[in-house]
Amino acid sequence: MKIDDFSPAVARDGNFNFAYLDERTKRMIRRAILKAVAVPGYQVPFGSREMPLPYGWGTGGIQVTASIIGPEDVLKVIDQGADDTVNAVNIRRFFQRTTGVEVTTHTTAATIIQTRHRIPETPLAAGQILVYQVPMPEPLQKLEPREAETRSLHGLAEYGLMHVKLYEDIVRFGHVATTYDYPVMVDGRYLMAPSPIPKFDNPKMSMNAALQLFGAGREKRIYAVPPWTRVESLAFEDHPFEIQRWSEPCALCGDTASFLDEVITDDVGGRMFVCSDTDHCLAHRPAHD
Amino acid sequence: MTEDTSPILRVEGVVKYYGARAAVSGVSFELWPGEVLAVVGESGSGKSTLLNSVAARVRPDAGRVSFLTRHEGMVDVHAMSEAQRRLLARTDWGYVHQDAVQGLRMNVSAGANVGERLMALGERHYGRIRSEAASWLERVEMDVARIDDTPATFSGGMRQRLQIARNLVTRPRLVFMDEPTSGLDVSVQAKLLDLLRSLTRGLSLAAIVVTHDLAVARLLAHRMIVMKEGRMVETGLTDQVLDDPQHPYTQLLVSSVLQP
Repeated sequence: MKIDDFSPAVARDGNFNFAYLDERTKRMIRRAILKAVAVPGYQVPFGSREMPLPYGWGTGGIQVTASIIGPEDVLKVIDQGADDTVNAVNIRRFFQRTTGVEVTTHTTAATIIQTRHRIPETPLAAGQILVYQVPMPEPLQKLEPREAETRSLHGLAEYGLMHVKLYEDIVRFGHVATTYDYPVMVDGRYLMAPSPIPKFDNPKMSMNAALQLFGAGREKRIYAVPPWTRVESLAFEDHPFEIQRWSEPCALCGDTASFLDEVITDDVGGRMFVCSDTDHCLAHRPAHD
Repeated sequence: MTEDTSPILRVEGVVKYYGARAAVSGVSFELWPGEVLAVVGESGSGKSTLLNSVAARVRPDAGRVSFLTRHEGMVDVHAMSEAQRRLLARTDWGYVHQDAVQGLRMNVSAGANVGERLMALGERHYGRIRSEAASWLERVEMDVARIDDTPATFSGGMRQRLQIARNLVTRPRLVFMDEPTSGLDVSVQAKLLDLLRSLTRGLSLAAIVVTHDLAVARLLAHRMIVMKEGRMVETGLTDQVLDDPQHPYTQLLVSSVLQP
């Protein structure tokens, strides 16, 4: 599968400033990013702009990417691990049109990876930047709706409330039933929402060589996990954190260690489990073109 | 008896204005370890404002509130940092609201409600939190089988019991209660008062109980303060004040109680 098959190349449109945003906006966002990197896990407010697509489609991630991308960068965009889904294709085309940068599907070839809901299976390297699209940056919001209060909870590092949620999960389901957007502690200080990645990906965030940036467009927040930062998933001593496991390998590449999606194949109950990371899956298939 | 030689709480000249009107003007009192003090008065007499000023929930315009902390002696609670004050409020203090909905998380289970303070203090063992919650439900005479039910399914009396358990789980030394029994019917009230009395005795809890119900004061409190228009008009031992009221307003209050 070549990238042109599902995402025909788009020419750079000179009517737009490089990466769509004006230079002052990019500087403002870069300042927010610098602060976020300096205080790992802390949500930095920023002046989120109207983007030419609706909130909820990755406006936060796009603004972060637009602020850090340069002409030499190589961009990969994934949505639920796949390079060829609507959100990924459109964001990739947006950046091709406004920057003219090279795009790729290969995790190892990219310098910037914008992602929705997954971390690539291939380990990231130093120098790479992973940009997450975040719908809900505040991990405590469902438990404490007052923002003034959640800010002081962060300020005072009072995070007992989050364990109340996990306790409640165990009461109702016998185990911690949160499977995505599983709350983490960054560098032992700030509680952070990892965006709706599966908890399978949580361990990959910790001590990662790459810089991880998070952008929430509607909520106007940016936060970051710098390279080689400790990221711990919350848990109880007698109910430790566990990731999902599957009883079968990927139906296409046979990998047993990657995150699998269930795909319905017909209307009589046929289904198969395949890697959610398409680049990883293609690289592992015995024979592909 | 060394700890009994110093009051646990000292309130000096507390004043609180709402606009130009003084809701509380110059109230002073001391509270001793294990002592229950009732603050009575009609609606609008400033008793709730006084309670909130003392419990550091509102900042008074003048005056001092000092609490005997475990390690640092008497500390002005309004001069503490917010972090210290919040820590104090969820360890050594309790606050029982009139409306249990304000003091509880209605959409999480009873066990989580009781366990929240423990988790906030760093307890990370599910089994221990749960068994501690169960033992507190037992102590407030609730059915332990309801530990996984949410307070939304509880009656008013049970919610109030749960709120008390949630506050006492960290073994506070001082509990503030704002009309803990009003809004409950009389038989439930009687049982709750009985429970409160045995808990304050058994744990030698100091408590400040705001109430407009003189019977509650009679049953629970060692001493009482009578408030009128933001001022303390009379104070003394409960039985003394109720049986031999000196101030005309107290006499009016006592004589207004209906005798069945």
